Amino acid sequence: MSVHEQFADDLALHALGVLEGEERVALEKHLESCAGCRRELEQLRGDTALMALSAGGPTPPQRARQRLLESVAREPRRASARRGWWTLVPWVAAAALAAGLVALWLRNSDLQQRIAGLENESAQQQAELQRAREVVSTLTATDALRVTVVAAKTPPQPQGKAIYVRDRSSLIFLASNFEALPAQKAYELWLIPTSGAPIPAGVFKPDAHGSATVINPPLPAGVQAKAFAITVEPEGGSAAPTMPILMIGAGE
Amino acid sequence: MGNAVMVSRFVPGGNPAGAAHPYFKGKEINGLSGSEIKGGMADAAVVSAIRSGDENGMAALYDRYSAVVYSVALRVLGDTGAAEDVLQEVFMQLWRNPGLFDSSRGSLGPWLAVIARHRAIDGLRKRRPETDIADVVVSVETDMAGAAERARAMEKVRGTLGSMPSAQRQALEMAYFEGLSHSEISAKTGEPLGTIKTRIRAGLMALRKAFAT
Repeated sequence: MSVHEQFADDLALHALGVLEGEERVALEKHLESCAGCRRELEQLRGDTALMALSAGGPTPPQRARQRLLESVAREPRRASARRGWWTLVPWVAAAALAAGLVALWLRNSDLQQRIAGLENESAQQQAELQRAREVVSTLTATDALRVTVVAAKTPPQPQGKAIYVRDRSSLIFLASNFEALPAQKAYELWLIPTSGAPIPAGVFKPDAHGSATVINPPLPAGVQAKAFAITVEPEGGSAAPTMPILMIGAGE
Repeated sequence: MGNAVMVSRFVPGGNPAGAAHPYFKGKEINGLSGSEIKGGMADAAVVSAIRSGDENGMAALYDRYSAVVYSVALRVLGDTGAAEDVLQEVFMQLWRNPGLFDSSRGSLGPWLAVIARHRAIDGLRKRRPETDIADVVVSVETDMAGAAERARAMEKVRGTLGSMPSAQRQALEMAYFEGLSHSEISAKTGEPLGTIKTRIRAGLMALRKAFAT
């Protein structure tokens, strides 16, 4: 784009800001529609900036810098009005930290409650377990005094007492006055179900007093018991009872 | 004259590509470079810092361009206190309204030089200087950073002015540093109006040519 020659000199004056009167009005009107002259005007302004270099040399006194920076500090309007997002980071972090602490506190409180509940439950279980141990200990203690109370003047008879809870497959059997058996032989308790073959329910040997205890032998789950029976079997026990049946008792 | 009016005179609608003066592009000329100064932030980073309200941006701006702004104001006004006021005013103007400078349309150094010169001329037109420019004590404190290139550019401008016919240089300097119109210069020198106009334009063209290579 070329510069219109008739405006060339006026453009230079206009770049210096010294064009006046009708000439200025005419040039400004022309500039509205002439990109080439607008560009030349901008270049001429750059040329005038070169003129500033000819004045170069003096530097402002040191106090001018201080004065400017103090003025800037007194007018922090832009800084507060248009703060960068990064200035919010500490606040966001602090808020997040506070929220995290509250969440942790709540979680901690919840855990404390659960621990208290578990401790309480555990204490109850410990107490129950202790009672159960005491029962089992009493039942199985070798130094326990076992007495079978029968009608007066009745000669001692071998006796067995089976206590069976089907739902838990739990069985306790207490024997008394049993005769001693030869080595390699033992008594075997049988659970006689309402249907099907007898089920082995524990092998035992009576002690010197003829007493024995069978507690919770391995049993299939939920078997309905019709009766309990005792046979003499090899020491290791048998899968099926060996006749004859020495003793038998049906449920009460 | 209001600030906004003054600025609108210097940043008219136009071709953005042509706004940056070719002499200042990518060069370091007396701190007028629009690109980057060795060992400091790029102009764009300085402007960006100022826009975000960072006072350090103003410190960087001052360290880079205070000499240019101050020296031209001092040359125009011939009064160190008044030149300081111009310096303060120009920089505070940019601080208050960084949007006045459009980096896509030119370089910061020349822009500041143009603004400072016009600001000083505005002051001059309201109050004629009471002391002769030649009587002003000039302190010479050369900045170490880029000092060699500054000195070369300054020398080139002065050399170009020195090689001009004195009448041409005089007309250019009267228009630039005194803000005189061609009719005022004509009245002072007795030269025809058209001749003054031509001399001023020819003087600017000589400067352009000197830096075109």
